[in-house]
Amino acid sequence: MENLKLRFTTRGPAPGTACSAIVGVVASGNLEVLLERVLAQNECAVEITTPVRGYDEVWKAVVADFVERTSPGGMRISINDGGARPDTVALRLMQGVRTMEMDDE
Amino acid sequence: MSETGRPFGASASWFLSTARERLAKLLDAGSFTEFVPPSERAQSPHLASFDLPAAFDDGMIVGCGRLDGNSVLVAAQEGQFMGGTFAEVSGAKLLGLIRAARDDEKLPRSILLLLDSGGVRLQEANAGELAVAEVMRAIVEARAAGVAVIALVGGRAGAFGGAGLIAATCSAIVISEQGRTGVTGPEVIETNKGVEEFDSRDKALVWGVTGGRTRRLIGGADAYAEDTAASFREATLALMGKARPFDLATLRAEQARLAGRVGRLGGCDRAAAMWKALGVADPRAAGDMDDPVFVALVADVKGAGDDAR
Repeated sequence: MENLKLRFTTRGPAPGTACSAIVGVVASGNLEVLLERVLAQNECAVEITTPVRGYDEVWKAVVADFVERTSPGGMRISINDGGARPDTVALRLMQGVRTMEMDDE
Repeated sequence: MSETGRPFGASASWFLSTARERLAKLLDAGSFTEFVPPSERAQSPHLASFDLPAAFDDGMIVGCGRLDGNSVLVAAQEGQFMGGTFAEVSGAKLLGLIRAARDDEKLPRSILLLLDSGGVRLQEANAGELAVAEVMRAIVEARAAGVAVIALVGGRAGAFGGAGLIAATCSAIVISEQGRTGVTGPEVIETNKGVEEFDSRDKALVWGVTGGRTRRLIGGADAYAEDTAASFREATLALMGKARPFDLATLRAEQARLAGRVGRLGGCDRAAAMWKALGVADPRAAGDMDDPVFVALVADVKGAGDDAR
C-alpha cells in the first residue's frame, strides 16, 4: 500500500459548521473521502492510502488544485482509494467540502 | 449523496444507492446517529497485507434512528466495498449491535438489517465465518428476548452465503424484485457443478431461482417492496410490531409450513413450475408485470402469506 501525506496552508477557513462528513465508497475506480474539521483555520492536511503505486505526482497535483480552488482551511482529509481516476478524485473532494458546508443535524 | 451532499429523494433506486444513502432515505430525516463512525477509523487490520484498500467503516454502518417516530436500531452493509462481506471488524460491529439489543431492554425493540452481501470476506474467512455464526446466535437470542429483527434485501450483492443465513434467521424479510437471497451464489454453483447445472450469466434463471418475486411468492420473504426507500420504509413499518412470539409453537408452525412447501413444490424443476403450482395462471407474465400488479397477485397466492416465523 502507498501512503501519502500532504500539508497545505490555506487562504482561510472552509465554509460551514459540519464537524465531519464522508463521501464515496471504496470500490474499483472509486474512493472514500473522510473530512474532519479539526485543524487550525488556515491549515489543511490530506492523507491518501492507495494500492496503486507510482502516482504521487498526480495525487499532489490534483489535491493542490483542489486546495487552491476551495481553500479547505481546518480540514483533515483522509482518503481510502480504490484506484479512482484523477477526475473522480477531484469530484469527490469537491463533493466533500460541499457536504461540510451544511449544518450538522 | 447528491452533488450537494444532500440525500437523493426517497424515490431513488434502492438497488443503486450506497448504504449511507439508503439509511438517510429510509429513516426519519436527521434521526440517524452512528455508532463507531468513520472518524473512529475502525478499519480492517488485515486488508493491507493483501495490498487491498480498507474502508473507514469496514463496509458496516451501525446506529440508531427513528422510523415514522418509532425508535429502531439499524445496520447497513455497503455492497460495493468488498462485496459487502462479513469480516472481523464489520462482523463485530453488527454483533455488538444485536447483543446490545438482546441484553438491554431499554434499547429499541426493533433492529433493521439492510443486508447487501455476497457472504464472508475471503481474506478474513475465519473471522468472517465466526462472525456469521455469532450473529445468527445473537439474532435468535434477541428474538427470544422480544426483539424483532427485520432484514431488508434489495442491494446489488443480494444476501448470499452468511448474509443469506442471517436473513433466514430474522423475524421477517422485506425484499424487492432486484433483491436476491440464497446460500450458495450463482457463480459458485456454476464453478462447482458446471454451466449445465446452473448458468450464472442467465439473469432470468438467476432471478427466477433467487430473486425477490420468487422468494415472495413461495413464502421465503414476508413483504415485497418496490425498488425505492419509500417503499422499503412502508413495507418495514407494516411489519413492525407484528413479529410472532419466538417460541416452540411458532417454530413448530414454521417447520410444518416448510414441510408443506417441500410437499407442494419439491417436484418443480424451475421457478415457472413453482409459480404455476401456486396458482399463478401465467408465470411468464408475473415476471414482467409492474410492481403494483405483482403485489395484487401475491395477495391471491396461497403459500405466500403463511410464513410462521
